[in-house]
Amino acid sequence: MDFSSIRKFITRWCAGEENWVDTRTVYIGNKEPPPGAEAYIPQRYPDNRIISSKYTFWNFVPKNLFEQFRRIANFYFLIIFLVQLIIDTPTSPITSGLPLFFVITVTAIKQGYEDWLRHKADNAINQCPVHEVQHGKVIRKQSRKLRVGDVVLMKEDETFPCDLILLSTSREDGTCFVTTASLDGESSHKTYYAVQDTKAFNTEEDFDTLQASIECEQPQPDLYKFVGRINIYSDRNEPIARPLGSENLLLRGATLKNTEHIYAVAIYTGMETKMALNYQSKSQKRSAVEKSMNAYLIVYLCILISKALINTVMKYVWQADPDRDEPFYNQKTDIERQRHILIRAFTDFLAFMVLFNYIIPRVHELGERAQVNTSDLNEELGQVEYVFTDKTGTLTENNMEFIECCVDGYVYVPDAICNGQVMPGATSMDMIDSSPGPGGKETEELFFRALCLCHTVQVKEEVTVDGIKMGIHQNKATSFYISSSPDEVALVEGMKRLGFTYLRLKDSHMEILNREDEVERRRMSVIVRSTTGEYYLFCKGADSSIFPRVISGKVEQVKARVEHNAVEGLRTLCVAYRKLSVAQYEETCHLLNSAKLALQDRDRKLAEAYDIIEKDFILLGATAVEDRLQDKAADTIESLQKAGMKVWVLTGDKMETAAATCYASKLFRRSTQILELTTKRTEEQSLHDALFDLRKTVLRQHGSMTRDTFSGLSADCVDYGLIIDGATLSAVLKPSQEDSSQGNYKEIFLEICRNCSAVLCCRMAPLQKAQIVKLIKASPEHPITLAIGDGANDVSMILEAHVGIGIMGKEGRQAARNSDYAIPKFKHLKKMLLVHGHYYYIRISELVQYFFYKNVAFIFPQFLYQFFCGFSQQPLYDTAYLTLYNISFTSLPILLFSLIEQHINMDILKKDPSLYRDIAKNSLLRWPIFIYWTFLGVFDAVVFFFGAYFLFNNSTFTSNGQMFGNWTFGTLVFTVLVFTVTLKLALDTHYWTWINHFVIWGSLLFFVIFSLLWGGIIWPFLNYQRMYYVFIQMLSSGPAWLSIILLIVTSLLPDVVKKVVCRALWPTTTERIQWMRTDRNFDGVMTYSRDSLLDGNADKLYNGQLSEFTPLASLHAPTRRRADHQNPIPRRSEPFTKKLMFTHWRGGPNYCTFTPLLRFAGNSRHSGGGYAHNGAGPETSV
Amino acid sequence: MMKEELETANRPDNTAFTQQRLPAWQPMLSAGIVIPGFVLIGLAFIGIGVALFIASQNITVLERDYTGVETVSDCYKCSNPSVKNCTCKLDFSLSNLFEGPVFFYYGLSNYFQSQRAYGASKDEYQLSGDLDYFKTPNSACSPYQYDANNNPIVPCGSLANSMFNDTFKLYQMVNGTKKLVPFDGKGIAWWTDYNIKYRNPSVTPLKNAFNGTVKPPFWSKPAYELDTSDPSNNGFVNQDFLVWMRRAALPDFRKLYRRITEGDYASGLPAGNYSLEIAYNYPVLSFGGRKKVVFSNVSWMGGKNQFLGIAYLVVGSLCVVMSMVMLIVYAKFKFPEDDK
Repeated sequence: MDFSSIRKFITRWCAGEENWVDTRTVYIGNKEPPPGAEAYIPQRYPDNRIISSKYTFWNFVPKNLFEQFRRIANFYFLIIFLVQLIIDTPTSPITSGLPLFFVITVTAIKQGYEDWLRHKADNAINQCPVHEVQHGKVIRKQSRKLRVGDVVLMKEDETFPCDLILLSTSREDGTCFVTTASLDGESSHKTYYAVQDTKAFNTEEDFDTLQASIECEQPQPDLYKFVGRINIYSDRNEPIARPLGSENLLLRGATLKNTEHIYAVAIYTGMETKMALNYQSKSQKRSAVEKSMNAYLIVYLCILISKALINTVMKYVWQADPDRDEPFYNQKTDIERQRHILIRAFTDFLAFMVLFNYIIPRVHELGERAQVNTSDLNEELGQVEYVFTDKTGTLTENNMEFIECCVDGYVYVPDAICNGQVMPGATSMDMIDSSPGPGGKETEELFFRALCLCHTVQVKEEVTVDGIKMGIHQNKATSFYISSSPDEVALVEGMKRLGFTYLRLKDSHMEILNREDEVERRRMSVIVRSTTGEYYLFCKGADSSIFPRVISGKVEQVKARVEHNAVEGLRTLCVAYRKLSVAQYEETCHLLNSAKLALQDRDRKLAEAYDIIEKDFILLGATAVEDRLQDKAADTIESLQKAGMKVWVLTGDKMETAAATCYASKLFRRSTQILELTTKRTEEQSLHDALFDLRKTVLRQHGSMTRDTFSGLSADCVDYGLIIDGATLSAVLKPSQEDSSQGNYKEIFLEICRNCSAVLCCRMAPLQKAQIVKLIKASPEHPITLAIGDGANDVSMILEAHVGIGIMGKEGRQAARNSDYAIPKFKHLKKMLLVHGHYYYIRISELVQYFFYKNVAFIFPQFLYQFFCGFSQQPLYDTAYLTLYNISFTSLPILLFSLIEQHINMDILKKDPSLYRDIAKNSLLRWPIFIYWTFLGVFDAVVFFFGAYFLFNNSTFTSNGQMFGNWTFGTLVFTVLVFTVTLKLALDTHYWTWINHFVIWGSLLFFVIFSLLWGGIIWPFLNYQRMYYVFIQMLSSGPAWLSIILLIVTSLLPDVVKKVVCRALWPTTTERIQWMRTDRNFDGVMTYSRDSLLDGNADKLYNGQLSEFTPLASLHAPTRRRADHQNPIPRRSEPFTKKLMFTHWRGGPNYCTFTPLLRFAGNSRHSGGGYAHNGAGPETSV
Repeated sequence: MMKEELETANRPDNTAFTQQRLPAWQPMLSAGIVIPGFVLIGLAFIGIGVALFIASQNITVLERDYTGVETVSDCYKCSNPSVKNCTCKLDFSLSNLFEGPVFFYYGLSNYFQSQRAYGASKDEYQLSGDLDYFKTPNSACSPYQYDANNNPIVPCGSLANSMFNDTFKLYQMVNGTKKLVPFDGKGIAWWTDYNIKYRNPSVTPLKNAFNGTVKPPFWSKPAYELDTSDPSNNGFVNQDFLVWMRRAALPDFRKLYRRITEGDYASGLPAGNYSLEIAYNYPVLSFGGRKKVVFSNVSWMGGKNQFLGIAYLVVGSLCVVMSMVMLIVYAKFKFPEDDK
C-alpha cells in the first residue's frame, strides 16, 4: 500500500506532471475546445510508438553486461576471475575467464540478436500505415505518429494501432465485430458498440463537424475494464453526456472483422495502450526444488570457505617451522618475505578459494536451457499436495444441455433431444405433471419469453463476403448462438426447440440491465417493451438471489423442484418478472443512466441501482440445465487421491449441485462421512461451536487410527469430506477485532481440512478461491498447491497457487493465459502430475544431487593434496581438466538424464497413482539424502586420492624403472574420477535409449581422446607443457590400468550395495514395482507359488483401474439417465500454445507402446546374466 | 483456417524423442544381477590380487639411508653442512643374486617438490632452447631469475637450482679389490622429455649459448658442463637434470639415478659385498629430510608394491562377502507375502 503510493508519487514526479489527474480529457479530432467548456489543460501523451526492445545501440554493452552480472552464477565467477587477475593464484585467470567470457558473449549475442529482431518488429509496427481523418479528408500516416484524439478509419481485417473509442461503423446498428485472438486468444467474434450519438457520423466530412470530448480514466492494464464519458456538443451549448464502457473500447492488437469500416478515436496510445501495459511479465514463481538447491548452494559455499580456512590455518601452523616455510630449495623473494603476515594469509585464503571454487556447480547454466514460460515449475508437478479445482468446465464439460423447465410448478421436458443435437422441428413438450390450468398458458408464455430475451447471447449469421449466401441462408437455421456463458446458449437453444427463436438484438428497446451475469450478483435482468407497449422486467438468476426478491408465484413448488434438480447435479436457474409502468421505466432509466455516467465508484452505484430496480418479482419458474462430467474426471480424481493429493473443489455453484458432482466424480464416496460447515449449520449453532464440534469429530477418529491416515485407502478408515460455503468461509477467515480466539478459527479450520480427504467449497467468489489457496499455502507445512480452472473466475486462484493450470475451455482463454500450463481436459491432469510431474521431479532431484556429488568428488582430492604439497595451493589436476570437467567431461550425461530418464514405465506410473507418494514432500531432496550424496562424494574422493597415494608412494609404475611425476598422479586421480562419476550415473539410469549409450560412452571416449590429444602435442600457445605425454605414459603402464579399475570398482561398490540392500529391506513402492517387473524371476522355481501370487497381484494392480468410469453414477441419480453418456463427443482440440510436453495427448487415443521388457531370466544367478527377451509384457493394454 | 495453421505451427515435432517414447533398455540394479555380478567381480579381483601379490613378492628391493644422522654411519662426518667435498661409503652385502636389470634410485623424504611456487619456478621456453629467454628469464623464476649482478641465471628457477647433486659409484668387493659396477645413465628420463620437450639451443659449442648468463648459485658447474663426456647428455638434456625436473607428486619420493644393465652385471648383481661411494653434497638435514639409495628390480607390474595386490585381494573378498550378505538379506527380507 505504502509502496504503491510512493511509486505512484515517484512516477508522477518523474513525469514532471504537476497537474496529474485521474482522468484524461480527449478532444475528438484534437479540435479546440468549444467556448464555455471548462479550462482545458492539455496533458502530454506519449506518441503511438511501441517499444518492446530493451537496448539501444549505445547502451547495449553496459546494460547487457549489468543484466548478466546480476545473475549470481556469473557474478561469482567474475569475482573468482578478478581474484585470479589480482593475486598470484594456482590456476591462471583463463580457467575461469574463458568460460565466463564464452557464456557472457554467447548470451550477449543471443540477447542482442533478439533485441535487434524486436527493434525490427517495433519498426514494422510503428511504421505501418493508418488512415487518419483530418479536416474531412483521409490521410495516410505512420502508426507511430498517431496521437491521442486522432480520428482513424479502420477497414475490415485491419488491426487496431492503439486503443480506440468506437464512434461509428458501416453497419446500421452501430456494431462491429472484433476478434481479440492476439490479446487473449479468444478467436470468437465479439461485438462492440458505437456511441449512440455518433453512430450517424459516417463520412469523413461528418467528423469535421463533430465536436465532442471524451473523459476517461488514465490507462490501466485490465483488459476488461474501462469507464469513460463522452460529451457531445451539438448546436445547443449544453453537451450531451453518454457513458462509455469496455463495450465501446477497441483494444490495440484486436482485429476488425465482418465490418466494412469503422471510425474511431484514439484515447490511449503507444506504451499506454492496454496491450502494452499487459506486457509486464508475471512475477516469477520459484519452485521448491530451486529453494532446496539454494540451500545446498549455501552449504557448499560454507564448505568451500571452511576448506579454504582450514587449509590457510594449516598452512601457517605447518610453516611455523622456518625450514618448512623456506627450505633452501625453495627460497622466497625479498618482496614476499617483507609482506605482512596478514596480507599473506589473506592472499593464501583467496588462492585456496580459487583452487576449490569448482565445488560450486554451474547448475544455473543447465537451468537456462529452456526459459520458456515457467519451466522452472516442471518439477513442482511432482510435489503437489493440494489440488484445487473448479467445477464447471473443469470437472464438467461445460457443455450445457437444456433438460427441463418448471413453470408454475409444472414440469416440462423436451422429448426430442438426441445426444445433445438440436432436432429441428421438435417443438412439442411433454408435460410430466397434469396440465396447467387456464391461467397457466399465460405464465408459460411469459416464462419462455423471458428465457428468450434475458441473456447475452448473440446470433452469429453465416456472413461471408458472398452476399448471395447471406441472402439465401439468412432466414434458415444456419445462424448459431455465441455467448460467454454456455448455460445461456443451452437455454436459448432449448427455447428454439420449443419454438421461441431468438433472432437478434433488434434495437434499444431492450434495456439490458446487466450484461455479465456477474458472479457477485448471480442474476441478470432485461427490460423489454412488448408490442403492446407494456414494459416488463425479466430477471433470471440463481435461486438464492431470486427467491428473496419474489413476492408472489408458486414459490414452494418451484423451490422443491429446484432443490430436486440440484441434488441430481443439474444447474438450475430461476426466472421471475415484474411489470413496469411507464413512469417506473423512466425512473429506472434515469437511475441507471446516472449510475452509468459516474466516473468513480461506478460499480458500486450500479449495484445500488440494480438493487432498487430488481425487486417485487413474480416467480415464473425454473430451468434445469445439465452439465456433463468430463471424460474420466472421476478416474482422475480418484487417482489423484490415491496419489496422496487432497482434492478440493472450489465452485460458485450451490451446495447441492456441487455435492452431487462431487459424488459423481468420486471425490466423495459412499463411505465418506460428510461434515458440513454451511450457513444452515451456523445459523443453528455459532461458528465457534460448529468448528470445535467438527474438530472433535475429526480428531477422535484420527486419534484412534494411530496415525495410519497416510493410506487413505484402507477400508476400516472412515474418511471425511468437508463441505463449506462461501459465507461461512469468509466468517472463518475474517479477522475479527475484539475476539481473542479469532486467530484460532483459521487454525482449527486448517486442522479439520487436513484430516479430511476431500473438501468442497461452494458458493465461492473468485477472490475467495484465491484466499483458500493462500490459506493452505501459508499453513505450517507449506504444501505445494495446484489450482486448475477454465474461467475468468479461476484466474486469481491460478495465479495464487504454486502451479496454475488453465483448461482451454468454453469460457474463453483467460485462465489458460494466466496459467503456467494449459491443458485441454481435466483428465490430462492425471498424466501431467503422475507421469510427467513424477519424471520431472526424479530427474531434477537426481540432477541437483548428482551435481553436488560430482563436484565434491572432484574437488575433495585437491583439498587432500594440499596436505602433501605443503599447503601451497598446488592444483592436483591440469588446468584443462579443471576447466573442462564441468563443461564437457561430465555435463552431457546428466543433462540427458534430466531430459529423458524414466525410472518406471509411463503406463505403470499412470496406473498406480500411489507411486506418487514416494516422491511426496520433496523426499528426494531432503537433507539425509543430500548428506548421503555428499558423503558418497567424499568417500569417492578419499578412495581416489589415497588409492593413488598408496600406489604412488615409493613405487615404480613402469617396467623401465622410470618414475612418474605429480601430473601423472593428478591425471590418474582425474581419470578415475571421470569414469566413476559417469558410471555412477550409468548405474542410476533406468532408461537406456541409444542416446544415453551415445552420450555416456561418448563422453568417456571424449575424455580419453581429449587427454590423448592434449598430451600428445606440444601446444605452441601454452607457456607450459606439463601435460606432455603424461596421459599416454600413464596408459603405457600396467599397474596404472589395474589401479584405475580397482579404484573405480571400489568407489562404486558401496552405492551399489546400499541400493540393493535398501531395496530389499526398505523398498519404496516404486522399487516394489520395479522389482516385480524385473526381479520376479530371481528365484524362479524355488518360490513358484509366491511368484504366481505376485503375478496375480501385479496384474490386478495394473488392470484394476482400467475399468472405464461411467459418469453420473451418483448416489441420488434417478434412472432418467441416457445411456449414451458413456461416449462423450470428443471435442475439437485446442491449439497448443503452452507446453511441448503434453502434445501427445491431443488427437485420438493414447497409445501405450510398451517397450519390450528385458528380463533377467530365472537362472541368471548361476549363469551370471543370461537375458531372456520377453515380448511386450502381459500388462500391455489399452 | 488460420487457427489450423496456428495449431500446426505451435505443435512440436512428433518425434519419439520429444514424445519421450524412444525405445529403451530398462535395466534394474536388482539382486538378481548384482549378486552374481559381485561374485564374478570378487573372484576376478582375487585372481588379479593373487597374481599381483606374487609378482610383488618376487621383486627384490634394497634400501639404505645414508643421511648420516646416526653417528655410526660413515656419512655422519659429511652431514655437517660446513664440510665440503665430502665422500662417504655405504657397504652392503648380497647373499643371493640380485636379479637384473637392477635399477638404482636415490630417494628423498620430507622434500616438497610438489610445492606450487617451487614447481612453477622455471622457464619452459628457456628449457626448450629459446635464446631470448636466456637473457630475460621468466619472472616466476625469482629469486633465481637474476643474480646479484643482474646477470640472468640459466637455467633459472628454484627447481633447477636445487638439483640433486650427490653422485654415486658402486663397487663390488671381489677378493679385496674394488670392481666398479658400470652404471647406465641413458634412458632414465622420459623419452619425450629427452627428445622433444627439453632442447638445447642450437649453438655449437653449447657454451657460447650461455654467454652473459650465470649458472644457478647452488650448482657447482654450469649447465653446459653437466656431462662433458657426452654432448647428447649435456645441457638441458642431461638425463639427471631431466629426472630432477619432473617433479615428484608426494614429499617422499624416489628418482631413478642409474640402471645396471651392462657387462657382468647385466643379469643382476651377484651375491657378494658391495661398497657404494657417495659424494655427499646435498643438504637435507636443514629441513628434516632424509636421503637414501634404493636398488630394485621390476616385474611386469613395475616395482615392488604390496598395496595394489593387497587392495585387489581385499576388494575382491569384500565383493564376495557383500554378495553373501546380500543373498542372506535378500532371502530373508524379501517382500513378505502378505504385504501386497
